[in-house]
Amino acid sequence: MKTPARAHPLWVAFIVHRVSGVGLALFLPLHFWVLAMAMTDPDRLDGFLHLTENSVVKLAEVGLVFGLVVHMFGGLRLMALEWLPWTPSQKTLAAMAVAISFLIAGLFFMKAI
Amino acid sequence: MTLGVLKVTLERSAGLEQAATVFEVPAYENQTVLDVVSWVQQNADPTLSYRFACRVGMCGSCAMMVNGVPRWTCRTHISKVLDGDAVTIGPLRNLPVIKDLVVDMDPFFDKWVAAEGVHHGALTRDDPIEAIDEQSDARVEANAGIECINCSVCYAACDTVTSNADYLGPAALQRAWTLLNDTKDDGRAAILDAVSDKGGCHNCHSMGSCTVYCPNDLDPMSAIAGLKRETAKSFFKMGR
Repeated sequence: MKTPARAHPLWVAFIVHRVSGVGLALFLPLHFWVLAMAMTDPDRLDGFLHLTENSVVKLAEVGLVFGLVVHMFGGLRLMALEWLPWTPSQKTLAAMAVAISFLIAGLFFMKAI
Repeated sequence: MTLGVLKVTLERSAGLEQAATVFEVPAYENQTVLDVVSWVQQNADPTLSYRFACRVGMCGSCAMMVNGVPRWTCRTHISKVLDGDAVTIGPLRNLPVIKDLVVDMDPFFDKWVAAEGVHHGALTRDDPIEAIDEQSDARVEANAGIECINCSVCYAACDTVTSNADYLGPAALQRAWTLLNDTKDDGRAAILDAVSDKGGCHNCHSMGSCTVYCPNDLDPMSAIAGLKRETAKSFFKMGR
């Protein structure tokens, strides 16, 4: 049974957070550049927006949203880890509260659409 | 009673090309990784260098890399780490190798001192002995930390140590956190200065390998998080 030394959830959480952060940092300048076309060259922006009908771009958008979400929760995890000296039972209660909140919010969302 | 043969690969020092690195060791029902290394030294190659003392998980001498993972070899059963019938054993990561499986622990212990992991006394023999509240939060933290046996498993597991030679590492920082929580220790300002310096607690990326691999189930990652909080509080209070 050979397990790599890094095959544990804490390390995976670390690397996912950092890689998603670098990815978003690379994406944001491009994002602002495209948005700025609304002011400088609206026709070119429209042409650019047609790209979003492409299924490959749609897939990339899913990846982008995943990157955003995973980076946000990774950051929240890190702040909780380093700033909140909670006991394990308090952590379990907090996680339960968040999970129940998402469940209820999710139900409302499902009813709305 | 032997139960077949183990294929043991030892990562030995460079410059010893003549020395064998692969050994066939008889398997027993009850056998630790340290037993396997000892069998090689006693029966196959007496020139093999390795280090151990107590054999019961107290002294912290026998840590090695076992299949790429740092472990206390005297308390690790070989059946738990075998890859088929094979195992690779090497010297601890992140420390200079002296020979074969023996590393130089000096950088590890020097950093222990650099993190102010020494007693800072304020009382004399004429003062009354301080009453300790065993139930207080600070004492509970300190009681957890004093179980460290200085085996350097966390130091070998840490990727931040690998990439930053100045980083004090999980064990030294956990010692600083333990002393910070010990009411008998009077070195608060010195400790906070030491752990917020260049190689201090803020280098930690919370990868958690120290906590995952600590053989005594200690939690250096949370101890370092505690130091991050205390140094930050001290910063916002301008050191008051």
